[in-house]
This record gives sequence, structure tokens and C-alpha cells, in this order.
Amino acid sequence: MKIAVTSQGDTLDSQIDPRFGRAAYILIVDTETLEFEAFDNDENKNSFKGAGTQAAAMVSEKGAEVLLTGFCGPNAFTTLETAGVKVANDQNGRIIDVVQKFKQGNVVYAKDANKDGHW
Amino acid sequence: MIISIASGKGGTGKTTVSTNLALSIDQEVQLLDCDVEEPNSHLFLNPVIEKKEQVIAPVPEIDLKKCTFCKKCMDICRYGAIAVLKENVLTFENLCHSCGGCFEVCPENAVMEKERSLGEIEHGSSRSISFIHGRLEVGQVMAPPIIKKVRSYTDPNLITIIDAPPGTSCPVIAAMNGADFILLVTEPTPFGLHDLKLAVETVRILDIPHGLVINRAGLGNDDVKYYAQKENIPILMEIPFDKEIARIYSKGQMVVDKLPEYKVKFCDLFRKIEQLVEKGGQN
Repeated sequence: MKIAVTSQGDTLDSQIDPRFGRAAYILIVDTETLEFEAFDNDENKNSFKGAGTQAAAMVSEKGAEVLLTGFCGPNAFTTLETAGVKVANDQNGRIIDVVQKFKQGNVVYAKDANKDGHW
Repeated sequence: MIISIASGKGGTGKTTVSTNLALSIDQEVQLLDCDVEEPNSHLFLNPVIEKKEQVIAPVPEIDLKKCTFCKKCMDICRYGAIAVLKENVLTFENLCHSCGGCFEVCPENAVMEKERSLGEIEHGSSRSISFIHGRLEVGQVMAPPIIKKVRSYTDPNLITIIDAPPGTSCPVIAAMNGADFILLVTEPTPFGLHDLKLAVETVRILDIPHGLVINRAGLGNDDVKYYAQKENIPILMEIPFDKEIARIYSKGQMVVDKLPEYKVKFCDLFRKIEQLVEKGGQN
């Protein structure tokens, strides 16, 4: 299964980036092989508005079924939900550890956004 | 003639100057309250409202039967208001700035216009003043379309006074652009001076003749005066830091009604503005 993880760097040793829309990188990780692709999220990070909706569309396009991140706002959550991507918020630590935790089934999927929208 | 009253810092006295100036001029005057996020000129002028109208803006709605998911609409949107997914397209009204880009780029005519309400405009009158103000709806953030709509009622045969919003961002530009004169109201405090400098930079980019009113004069220090002198910005009026003026204001009354000597001062302010406009802003 492919999952998306927001990351401060472009390796599995990097720390989770708590922000979703404006994360430094979004890693798309294959949970079986641990092969991954790191996407530089620079464009969304510096976008004027709507970083969350655009990052959500990207995660869905890359075929991820689950997103592991820190905080996810309402517009991003709606987009992910519509795309059928499950969201597990409040993650922290190293990417590899969070992926292992996910594989062991130790994450809870969010029913709603856990961050207010930005103006 | 259009005179826009702006400030940089909020709470310096834009509304006090706008309303008292409007009542003092011996000609027919139009007052446009363009501080649409928190209009307050009406609290002092108590206009009789004769007409109300909604301000609407177009937002996109996607016809999924026509959509080929090509993402052109999503790519052109600077505000992330459209998310094209594999079999669905989401639009976010609260992010949309109604630029119209998505309608233009769609090759399939799948982007339809839906209306959303941004706020309302009220027309009325108070004594000799023709009064119009806009009010942004709670939860909306796009002030400029409402300000532009209010300004579309500018009558070129009248003296038009615009009560502008504070700050130096888009709504302020919308309230100053195209004015014949910008009257900057400041207070002699470090905060007043700091924001005055930002306002002056903005006005200079717009290249509009401008002058200064120092409100609450006697408070703070003389740095605003030194700045005005150095930058060759005329100080057209000083309103003292006076308990009686504060008392009149706090009751929603007009300074020129209660203290008639101010009517003369505001008339004098208007004459100075007229002269500056005639001379193209040369002090």
C-alpha cells in the first residue's frame, strides 16, 4: 500500500513535518518495500492560499491511500475525504518510525480536521 | 473632486475628519464610507437609508458531465480554490477571489458561474450629505469588490469624501486609487508615525497629491512633524488632544455641531486641499 507522510527532509530518517499543506516535503512510501519518492512541496509551501487543497490533490494523484501528518485543516480534510484518502493526524518523530507504527496498526484515522482554516 | 481620507494606523480619526469635513463644506457633498469591514460613519451622521443592494461575486461550480479532469482550472487558480481529483472536482468558495480565470481556461465549458453574496451597500442621506456605505458579510474576506461598487456611485458633480479603511493593503488601495487628493490622518505617537510612513510610501506609488492632519496633537512627541517637514508633506490641520472632543465623539455627536469654531477650521482644511489639488499637490 502507498501512504503519504509529511516530512521535514527527503529521507526516511527525516522528522515528520507537522504541517500538511505547507510541509517541506511529502514522501510517498510503499509500506511493503519501504521504497519511497520524496516530493518537494515548495510550491504549496509558498502559495498564497489553498496550500492544503493542492497538497491533498497531489497526495491523491500519487495514489496514496493514507496520509500521516501532524495537523490537517478543514479544506484539506474535505479534499482528502472526497478522494478516499484516510488521514491519521498528530503524528511525530522520524518518518521510518511512524511508517512502522502504521504497519503495526497503531494509528487512528481522523473523522474531522484537527486544525482551523487559515484566512 | 474626490478626497480620500486614509491613515495607515487604525483609530487615528479618519471617520472624525471625514464626517466633520463633509458637514463643513458649503457645497453638495457625497460621503462614501469604504471601511467596509467596519463602517462607522453612519453612527455619527445617522443617515436615513433609502436603498439597499447586495454585492455578489461569481464562484465556480463544475459540471462533472462535461469535465475531462484536465486540471487547467486548478493550475490557473492562485488561491488553491479548486482541487481536481480522479473522479471529482472540489471548489472552495471561501478561498476563491472571483478572478474568473477558471471560467476562461476551461476548454469544455464545464466551469459554471455560481453567485455568492459578499456583502451589501446602503444608500441614504443626512442633512446635505448624500451617503453611501458598504458592509462586508461576516466570514467574507474580499473587501475590494464592495469598495469598488460603493465608489461606482461617485457623482462627478459633487465633492466626494471617501472614508478609507486603515492599513496599506488591497482594500486601502481600492479606496485611494483615482482620488484627486489623499488626506492622511495620523497621531503624534511612535505607532502613528510608523504606520504613517507606510501610508506615505503607498500614496507615493499611487502618485496622488496628499497632506496631513495631526489628530490628538499635544500627545506623544514632535517626530511626526519632523518627518512631515523632512518629507515635504504639508500639515493641513491639527486637532488637539482634548477631553471635550473625546466626549462629543463618544456620544456619537459631531464636533462641528458642538464646537462651531471647528466648522471654520474644517472649511479652512477644505480650502487648503482645493488649492493643493489645483497646484497638482505642489506644496
